[in-house]
Amino acid sequence: MATAATAHHDEHPYGIMRWLCTTNHKDIGTLYLWFAFIMFFVGGAMAMVIRAELFQPGLQVVDPHFFNQMTTLHALVMIFGAVMPAFVGLANWQIPMMIGAPDMALPRLNNWSFWLLPFAATLLLGGLFAPGGGPAAGWTIYPPLSVQGGMGTDFTILAIHTLGISSVLGALNIIATILNMRAPGLTLMKMPLFVWTWLITAYLLLAVMPVLAGVVTMLLTDRHFGTHFFDPAGGGDPVLFQHVFWFFGHPEVYILILPAFGVISQILPTFSRKPLFGYDSMVYATGSIAFLSFVVWAHHMFTVGLPTAGELFFMYMTMLIAVPTGVKVFNWVSTMWRGSMTFETPMLFAIGFVFLFTIGGLSGLMLAIVPADFQYHDTYFVVAHFHYVLFSGSIMAIMGAVYYWLPKWTGNMYNEAQGKWHFWLTAIFFNITFFPQHFLGLAGMPRRIPDYALQFTEFNVWSSIGAFGLGLTQLLFLYIVVRTIRGGKKATDRVWEGAHGLEWTLPSPPPYHTFATPPKVD
Amino acid sequence: MTDPLAKSNKRLVGILSLITLAMLGFGFALVPLYDLFCDVTGLNGKTGVADAKAVEASRVDTSRWVTVEFTSQVNGLAWEFRPMQNKIRVHPGEAALVKYYAHNRGLETAAGNAVPSVSPGEAAAHFKKVQCFCFTRQELKAGESREMPVQFLVEYDLPKEVKTLTLSYVFFNADKTQAMTNKDEESNASPG
Ligand SMILES: [Cu+2]
Repeated sequence: MATAATAHHDEHPYGIMRWLCTTNHKDIGTLYLWFAFIMFFVGGAMAMVIRAELFQPGLQVVDPHFFNQMTTLHALVMIFGAVMPAFVGLANWQIPMMIGAPDMALPRLNNWSFWLLPFAATLLLGGLFAPGGGPAAGWTIYPPLSVQGGMGTDFTILAIHTLGISSVLGALNIIATILNMRAPGLTLMKMPLFVWTWLITAYLLLAVMPVLAGVVTMLLTDRHFGTHFFDPAGGGDPVLFQHVFWFFGHPEVYILILPAFGVISQILPTFSRKPLFGYDSMVYATGSIAFLSFVVWAHHMFTVGLPTAGELFFMYMTMLIAVPTGVKVFNWVSTMWRGSMTFETPMLFAIGFVFLFTIGGLSGLMLAIVPADFQYHDTYFVVAHFHYVLFSGSIMAIMGAVYYWLPKWTGNMYNEAQGKWHFWLTAIFFNITFFPQHFLGLAGMPRRIPDYALQFTEFNVWSSIGAFGLGLTQLLFLYIVVRTIRGGKKATDRVWEGAHGLEWTLPSPPPYHTFATPPKVD
Repeated sequence: MTDPLAKSNKRLVGILSLITLAMLGFGFALVPLYDLFCDVTGLNGKTGVADAKAVEASRVDTSRWVTVEFTSQVNGLAWEFRPMQNKIRVHPGEAALVKYYAHNRGLETAAGNAVPSVSPGEAAAHFKKVQCFCFTRQELKAGESREMPVQFLVEYDLPKEVKTLTLSYVFFNADKTQAMTNKDEESNASPG
């Protein structure tokens, strides 16, 4: 009887219909993660085109208009196609298992939020084949340039609408799951930090994705329906676009990093064999970062001619964010302090994150200083800064999360030696790619230009070689993941000796339906 | 799914959807809020309007001079358009008249709207135009030229640290922006 019940419990349709119609949080999590992985390679291929062109001064590989399409789409694909869906995938897999819920609160809506993504990606990339090519005004699509672009820009705007709807629905679902479906006894202040950071991220998504939808809608009506929101000829103002865009844009960077903070706060205690240092302060720091993110947007616009009082306000507010971020870094270091540490691949990625993300944070502080920003603005220094926070921040955290939870998801251990190779090659090539870009920026090399002055050649050669290595290394990641899914040493239920939390009480791999009866937490 | 859970999920999602819609509205509301903010603070180079009475009533600060510089640009028109003097000196509170010169070098009649902007931003609110060719749409036949006057007043209480102002006009093609509604035209003319 009992076995029959379990067997029935584990049944699911097979073939394509399983994936098209699934409402299972684990299936949807898998879909999100594979989608993100594919987009990671698409966006990565675009980065390879950019670095190939910048390998030497002059124009060799692509024409400037195509180069501009590559820089624009690389950013859009990586932000909206790779990093955000990857975190939503992690949330889908992990949040129900971490809070002892049987599934997400709104499983059908969950299916829909995912299946919007392939359409959005098709629209976004389809622009490349439209007359006039894809969007080429930069991912920030500033008017007046974006008002002039071809049909590809309209494709991009519609893709952004679709992606926005998808993220808002995903966020609704995550909030409802966390607030309504926790196991009895699991109070808010006992939740794992990954769940906390996602709760706050979901609120950020609800608050700013609609603003982005609004501003791109205005851009669309300016392009086709004769409005003049951003056109001075009709009484509009292009700077208005920048204000509204960055009102979305700055909280967006925390949408991209807060779940990474959560991941790191799960991994470090496991491999330090100590509880997370300063749990409460971690929660409050996350909240303060989210709150402050709404009042710093104009630090992206220091050179548009803001009044001095405005520049000072946004400068000090931006610097203030360093305080809660510093609290987090301090807590992570203290978690490791005198722990009995081991250095499995997830831990390597987590330590790499703490180290490299901090470098990105500090270059961010440099950019926050108004008079310094006047020099750094729109140079490669900015490019170096946001790749340190986005690649060695968000993406390395996602990779760490995949190594950390993959044995739980698949029931198989990945190959530890290969994982370590992946980490070290990634970390080394990443630094070869992006560290020289700091110097290029300080020396005045502007971003988003396919050509450069001769004196910048050497650092650009390093950067391109690093980028090719970084790109190739990710094929190793794909290989490791596929091999682990197909087989390997069986993982135990707890997987890691120092792991704590509800997900580790489940078998590896967990059955299709878990926690049908909620566990007790004390 | 138990019933009370379904109910509380529904309620929560209702509230969250309202927040989302409110934020969408807020995104659009930022447009009038931004205009209002710029009007109140005089930032963004948007200038004010004064009538002839205000000019007569205005006190003149003869103790200091302010230099007003003039620049011009053309966007989407085959016009020559330039100030007839590069700069003048005025006392704050004193009205002055300057002229721009416009000439249609194209082969067809064309119409333009001139959009003004004053820098530095903190001085813009103190720059008032009494009469300006930018208040109305300007039409020039092929080959026609015209002198376009601007009468303005730099207010008495212009901040002391401002010694130089720059007035810039951009002449936009009015027919390319013809879809502009009447409301837009008014709001274009009044701060202009
Ligand atoms: Cu920012």
